[in-house]
Amino acid sequence: MSDTRDQQPRRDFLLRSLAAGASAASLPLAAATATAATAAPTPAAAPSGYLWLRPDEQVFVEALVNHMCPADGLTPDGVTLGLAVFYDRALGGNWGQGDRLYLQGPFKQGSANQGYQLGMTPAQLFRAGTEGLADYCRATHGKPFDRLPSEAREALLKELQSGKAALPNGVPAAVYFAQLLQMFYEAMFADPIYGGNQDKQGWKLVGYPGVNTANKVNIIKYANKPYRPEPAGIADLS
Amino acid sequence: MKTYKEVDVVLVGGGWTGGILGKEFSEAGMTVVCLERGGPHTPDDFSVPRMRDELAVGQRMSMMVNTTDNTETVRNKSAETALPYRRLGSYLMGTGVGGASTHWNGHTWRWNDNDFQIRSRYEAKYGKQYIPADMTIQDWGVTYAELEPYYDKFEKVAGISAKAGNVQGRKIAGGNVFEAPRRSEYPMPPLVYGYAGELFAEAAGKMGYHPFPRPTANASVPYTNPDGVKFGECQYCGHCERFGCEANAKGGAQMTVIPAALRQSTFELRTYAWVTRVERDASGKKATGVTYTNTVTGEECFQPAKLVVLCAFGLNNVHLMMLSGIGEIYDPVSGKGLLGKNYCYQTGSAAMLFFEDKHFHPYMATAGIGAIMDDFHGNWDFDRAPFGFVGGSTVGTAMYGGRPIQWHPTPAGTPAWGSAWKQETAKWYDRSMNITATGTVMPFRGNYLDLDPTYRNRFGAPLMRMTFDYQDNERKISAHSADVINRIAAALGPTHLSKASARQSWSSVPYQSTHNTGGTIMGTNPGNSVTNKYGQVWQVDNLFIMGASLFPHNSAYNPTGPVAAIAYMAADIIKKVYVKQPGKLIHA
Repeated sequence: MSDTRDQQPRRDFLLRSLAAGASAASLPLAAATATAATAAPTPAAAPSGYLWLRPDEQVFVEALVNHMCPADGLTPDGVTLGLAVFYDRALGGNWGQGDRLYLQGPFKQGSANQGYQLGMTPAQLFRAGTEGLADYCRATHGKPFDRLPSEAREALLKELQSGKAALPNGVPAAVYFAQLLQMFYEAMFADPIYGGNQDKQGWKLVGYPGVNTANKVNIIKYANKPYRPEPAGIADLS
Repeated sequence: MKTYKEVDVVLVGGGWTGGILGKEFSEAGMTVVCLERGGPHTPDDFSVPRMRDELAVGQRMSMMVNTTDNTETVRNKSAETALPYRRLGSYLMGTGVGGASTHWNGHTWRWNDNDFQIRSRYEAKYGKQYIPADMTIQDWGVTYAELEPYYDKFEKVAGISAKAGNVQGRKIAGGNVFEAPRRSEYPMPPLVYGYAGELFAEAAGKMGYHPFPRPTANASVPYTNPDGVKFGECQYCGHCERFGCEANAKGGAQMTVIPAALRQSTFELRTYAWVTRVERDASGKKATGVTYTNTVTGEECFQPAKLVVLCAFGLNNVHLMMLSGIGEIYDPVSGKGLLGKNYCYQTGSAAMLFFEDKHFHPYMATAGIGAIMDDFHGNWDFDRAPFGFVGGSTVGTAMYGGRPIQWHPTPAGTPAWGSAWKQETAKWYDRSMNITATGTVMPFRGNYLDLDPTYRNRFGAPLMRMTFDYQDNERKISAHSADVINRIAAALGPTHLSKASARQSWSSVPYQSTHNTGGTIMGTNPGNSVTNKYGQVWQVDNLFIMGASLFPHNSAYNPTGPVAAIAYMAADIIKKVYVKQPGKLIHA
């Protein structure tokens, strides 16, 4: 977690997302390209630094995770929890790049029981899906996801989830969304070493102790009694 | 091609059966080479904290096979085009030394004559017409009495914690009173139930059922097995299934039989050795050894051997037989061919119970924790006729670790994200328990394995094609088990109940079970089976097959008990009879 974020007071997620969207959108295309080509891009909306997500994708993911995990009495917002960084690292890492995914063709759409059949890695699915979503948002709402009010975002995510949203580039919306949602749960609950679940806020939310789990005595001692141990992560025990 | 010196035995695969045979043969002075396609495991591989990384190990499944090396194609019926099982889901095969025994749950059962004599028992009790025409069940050709000493041996080697329910005919309340007689108590007392298990056991007991502690290879106390292997004591850390055990509390081949075999100068373990073919002489009736690829150097190698034993995961044994062209591949239309026949899986159902006023601490767990009952499977007095099925199910709790990426249950109707999702997830994580059933799957004419015409593995060989779906028999079992679960759940009075419902069709997507059985089935003669009861291939008598691909149908129990017992029985007869007089062990 960066100093910038720590010093920044928690702001309403909508304002924050709007600001993030505006800063990236105001960059001229040539300038953005030049930045990306010459140095690691560090847009204002990315206090922790992004390795893989493009600026427009950063804005989208930040809006997405702040919508899925808004700041409330339970946790800070998704960006503060590092969820967007989790997406960045996961998509740019082995899993995102197709590790352990059989990608030989021919590719055919099978039955639901036959599972994932696209010829794309998770990163390619994310990129194409997010491009499709941006076009869909522009066509249906006249503005990108991150500029939509909360109710419109919610409705849009449900259209993706149900597959009702027909993304113009042909990416199956439900498959794309299932990956976004699965990554949201992973970002909330994976070890903080992966970027999300900062300050173990995801674990504290539910009372999961992390890697610190010797329970030979506890399983008897705390049977049906409240017990909330302080969680430990990989970095604490390494 | 590099050709090695001939050995007495070559074992294909370094899991439980490869380890068991490797130890037994090498200790008897036979020269043995064990070829494992994956890598070795050192104690560091399972060390904390990295072994408790749910994302890497549980979710990305770092201990499992890589589908880009080899996978299967899947479909529900012959009329569909099979497509690759691109990403692991429904079943998870392990890799590396120890195989599935590194990441298994450890549930270990003694299957009995209800299974081994299934056709004759059902015909005797319900009549021949009770068995559907396209249900291809058959007696296995082996009996519980033959396997009993070997079950006993395995339970002590693998370190099973449980409570006996039938010692030498004496029924013992609190154990599984429906089990067949055993010569002795388990080597260790059972694990604790956990609070969910206690609730289930109390409710099921009040309803007249017979719950007992799930038998499992998780050491409940410090333990030393007969070979001097020391087991640590289970710490209920909640990282068994999909994970390796850093405490050496979970019995596995990599910590028991394989190190014991490696102490013999006559045993050699070769890792990164991917066997591509069983070779035979010109007659086709004698195996000469196996061809494999050294996946480090890319070199193709030939390991000659007097005896070849396939010890890989069941599906891989079947695949290797098909790629080697040994035997005729099953054709569901004509019913001819035996290779790939009687492929089975498992069914089941599950309910989630939510209690406002209880605390379950789902992470205080082992994969072997919980109470289970056998009233609708091992219990032969359970009358199946009113339900119209062959088989049955076990029912119990299955609280295996509460790792929150995969365990964050909420009552029906809860949003999947947002503040409401957080509130409900925070509330119910610690206040939920499940009740689950594992059901038998009987073989049917339309469920089978063969070779895919289109897709290939990393070596360019055709993938195996799996054609499978639940039939009416399995849907009835699943519905029956759901009803049992829902009645027990209702008796517990949860605040919310997500009811169990019957599985209708097999999906390759969500995890269900890694108990894939059949494809090289055993039986009483070459007309009904690929092998005899010792796993000896009828048409190539110096070729043996181990593992659950031998099973003519699938039980409601986990398969490792009979997998290991059959391996010990085969090792015994090979050492005592076969080596003195190689040839058919059974003339039929």
